[in-house]
Amino acid sequence: MTVPGAWYLVLAACLFGIGAVGLLVRRNILVMYMCIELMLNAVNLTFVTFSRMLNDLGGQDAVFFILVVAAAEVVVGLGIIVSIYRRRSGATADDISSLKG
Amino acid sequence: MSLLAVTHLASASAWAVYAVGALMALAGAGGVVLQRNPVHCALALVTTIFGIALLFIDQGADFLAAVQVIVYAGAIVILFLFVIMLLGVDRKEQRAPEKLKGLIPVAILVGVVALAELLVLVRVHYWATGSKAGAGALNGPGENVQKLGQSIFTAYLLPFEMTSALLVIAVVAAVVLVRRPSPAPPGHEHRTVVGGRGTARSGPAPARATVAERGTPTERGSGASGGAEQSGSTGEVVR
Amino acid sequence: MVNAAYAIVALPLLGFIINLVSGRRLGEPVAGWVGTVAAGGSFVSTLIVWVTMLGRPAANRFSDLTIFTWFPVAGLHVNAGILVDPLSMTMALFVTGVSTAIHMYSIGYMHRDPGFDRFFVYLNLFLFSMIVLVLADNFLFSFLGWEGVGFCSYGLVGFWFQRQTAAVAAKKAFVTNRVGDVGFLLAMFLMFAHFGSLNYSSVLGTLSHGHATGLLAAAPGAIKGTTATAITLLLFLGAVGKSAQIPLYIWLPDAMEGPTPISALIHAATMVTAGVYLMVRVAPLLHYAHATSWVIACVGAGTALLAATIACSQDDIKKALAYSTVSQLGYMFLAVGAGDYVDGVFHMLTHAFFKALLFLAAGAVIHALADHQNMKEMGGLRKYLPITAITFGVGWLAISGIPPLAGFWSKDAVLSSAWQMSKVLWVIGVFTAGLTAYYMSRQFALVFTGQARWEEARPAAVASHEHHEAEGHGTVEGHEGTGPGLPAPAHAEARPKDPTWTMSVPLIVLAIAAVLGGGINFPAWHMDFLTRFLSPLFPAGTSVTISTGTKWALSLLTTAVALTGLGLGLSTWRTAEHPRLEPNFLRRAWYFDALVSATVSGPLRLAASGLAFVMDRKVVDGLVNGTARALGASGRVLRHLQNGYVRTYALGIGVGLVVLLTYLTFRVGN
Repeated sequence: MTVPGAWYLVLAACLFGIGAVGLLVRRNILVMYMCIELMLNAVNLTFVTFSRMLNDLGGQDAVFFILVVAAAEVVVGLGIIVSIYRRRSGATADDISSLKG
Repeated sequence: MSLLAVTHLASASAWAVYAVGALMALAGAGGVVLQRNPVHCALALVTTIFGIALLFIDQGADFLAAVQVIVYAGAIVILFLFVIMLLGVDRKEQRAPEKLKGLIPVAILVGVVALAELLVLVRVHYWATGSKAGAGALNGPGENVQKLGQSIFTAYLLPFEMTSALLVIAVVAAVVLVRRPSPAPPGHEHRTVVGGRGTARSGPAPARATVAERGTPTERGSGASGGAEQSGSTGEVVR
Repeated sequence: MVNAAYAIVALPLLGFIINLVSGRRLGEPVAGWVGTVAAGGSFVSTLIVWVTMLGRPAANRFSDLTIFTWFPVAGLHVNAGILVDPLSMTMALFVTGVSTAIHMYSIGYMHRDPGFDRFFVYLNLFLFSMIVLVLADNFLFSFLGWEGVGFCSYGLVGFWFQRQTAAVAAKKAFVTNRVGDVGFLLAMFLMFAHFGSLNYSSVLGTLSHGHATGLLAAAPGAIKGTTATAITLLLFLGAVGKSAQIPLYIWLPDAMEGPTPISALIHAATMVTAGVYLMVRVAPLLHYAHATSWVIACVGAGTALLAATIACSQDDIKKALAYSTVSQLGYMFLAVGAGDYVDGVFHMLTHAFFKALLFLAAGAVIHALADHQNMKEMGGLRKYLPITAITFGVGWLAISGIPPLAGFWSKDAVLSSAWQMSKVLWVIGVFTAGLTAYYMSRQFALVFTGQARWEEARPAAVASHEHHEAEGHGTVEGHEGTGPGLPAPAHAEARPKDPTWTMSVPLIVLAIAAVLGGGINFPAWHMDFLTRFLSPLFPAGTSVTISTGTKWALSLLTTAVALTGLGLGLSTWRTAEHPRLEPNFLRRAWYFDALVSATVSGPLRLAASGLAFVMDRKVVDGLVNGTARALGASGRVLRHLQNGYVRTYALGIGVGLVVLLTYLTFRVGN
């Protein structure tokens, strides 16, 4: 017998919440990005949990694709971050604010 | 949800596995958010990933657990670390004063409220509609990998192909993004590589670990010296 | 007969199209002859149809021909059709006849005018519209002609549109007509609502093989009195606008800005009689609407008197004749209101003859005097313009009601029916007859007798003409004639002389008609042709019944009054200076125009400027601009949301997430 699925969901929710707060609080761009990855992991956990709860393979397929997309996203995002840092070193998220109204 | 009714009979070992995985995940998450040094944050992220992989195995997603470790911990976090080291952000973190006052309390409030609502929603039974995704049953004969592979290559072939294309696009994007704008006349090839695989410290001559454009003089002296000033960094800032 | 009937309508239309397309190429005078031949051909066709009709028995003279179906809409079926019956033939006869004469006259009158071809285009179009008006077999097709003549009047009054006064007068004519047309339209709506059709045969009834049907049978209670009154009153409103009765007569004097042939044709003989024709046509309806008949008679009498008083003090030769036309139209309406439709038509006929004659003769005078129209600067012209003087004299006597000319018989008949209706109206009519004789005599005396005041005015004119010639440009001072853009006629004649044959022949023909016209409806010796011709059209019981003795007495009294007026006029106006007889309020036409301006155009102008400057500029523009400004302001306020900090954007996403989750929690949970 395994742990009931609700516990996993609660854990995933907590991870998601922590990731969200971290995204909003931290100023280092790379740490913000890591919080995003944290949120993605939480979602993956949710999918797998539901896959088990509903006895459906679709959840695991979703996780598969999420992993691929997350990888691609990281590549592009880090490329952007590197381009930003070329212009000025030590930039935080707050310094990249010239696109304003 | 008959599973919930049965779950009270979960054995202690299952609970133990769950506890360890959860603890690792939560500890890692807290570490990511709270640590000053970005490298420490990355390592905390690895912890989270391992915890989640453990939970995956616990739920029968073996293949995914493996992929999680290989891809996430083995590639993505490494990539993060490379960039951290390349850009040298670990020393300059959090010195500038906070420009947006009041953001942090609001952010924490938002997070707490979101979390609370999620928890409420999780406890409610109507969260899942119960309709099948059409990929087949999870339990049943056959290995997890086999079933997963079968569903991906038959039912979800199109998303599979699209994500393949997405990966190619991502690679192209990465190359384009970090390309140095060059004043060279057309006809010369430009080859740059993201990130520096700098291992040795810069010498008096502007030695670079990166392959620059052929035949194009660019100012590297200042860049190198500027990069050299940041002792402790193993790379150069490529200007 | 059928083919000839179509030719009546088709020939002027053909002339119009030919002149429209190739008038400029045809040039002068061929374009003029094209128009005249078209009009003449129409007249000949009318004669043929009329003669054929006379060959039929009196009870069988209705013939309804459909040219084509105009629009068959559900419930309303309107044909473009011709009704050949005694009344329409009478109208067509004199319309085409007088038109032909005036077409020929215009060839000479408009000589050397740069708009010669355009003139004949309009003339033929006018003739076509007028024929459609009188020959139509339903109200809507007739209304098409009604509007057509209104438009042609606009085009022709403003023929020399470069002149400001002419353009304004044309607009005034058209707009005033339109005010009346509202009545016509409303009447048509009422008719359709009540009868379900707009055909004359359906609304008014027909006479076939001796049996009268519909309203023509004059059965009591065939139509409710209020409906009939409403319809006829509204139609009378249209007639008031078209035929220049009170209060819509103000356009007719101003319409004298147009060339004199136009004044003769449109504003004396044809268009202004359209209103009378309309009221005569709906005689079956008037049979049931006695209130309207009273209104018509009173308005007619009042107009006759008012216009006659104004005509007594006008200096312009054409304006005097214009007011005279208004006055005589009043007589016609008086007859119609008194129920004597035949004599209304009779007076219309004779008036067409002598008024057209008077206008054409006045045109000859104006032409001879190089476009001078002020009677105070004329005089003694009968030595130089003998033919014109004689023909004008004939017209003068005719309109004054001197026996045995045509005017006497028709006016007498009108006054007899007025006597039968109301003595007051009769008194007004007789007094107006006296005034008519007086002002026409004044006019004759001022123009043709007395000293030649034009000789004093002339040297200045001659000198100014030569002066203009020398300078190479010429604009005739504000008078009509050869157009404002044309150089003054070279070699301004030192002596005025009679016009060319194209202008004299119509004068003579009309003079003969004015003399003999009484024979159309002579009250004795069974020569009352018109009465017998037209009476089948009118419900029974609408003829005048006075004893012959009374009639003789009334005629003698009227003649005496006319002779008195005539003598007074001739003797008083041997000299031209009688300021006490021409008070200012008469010269200014009882300040009626000023009254209309103050009560109607003043408030209208205020309303318009209010709408334009307050409503449009402030409210509408304010709304539109205000919307733009508000959008801009809100944009300026909202753009601060984009402060460039990614973390605030992420916070926004987080807040949105919270909102969504809240919604889900409270929807799903409970």
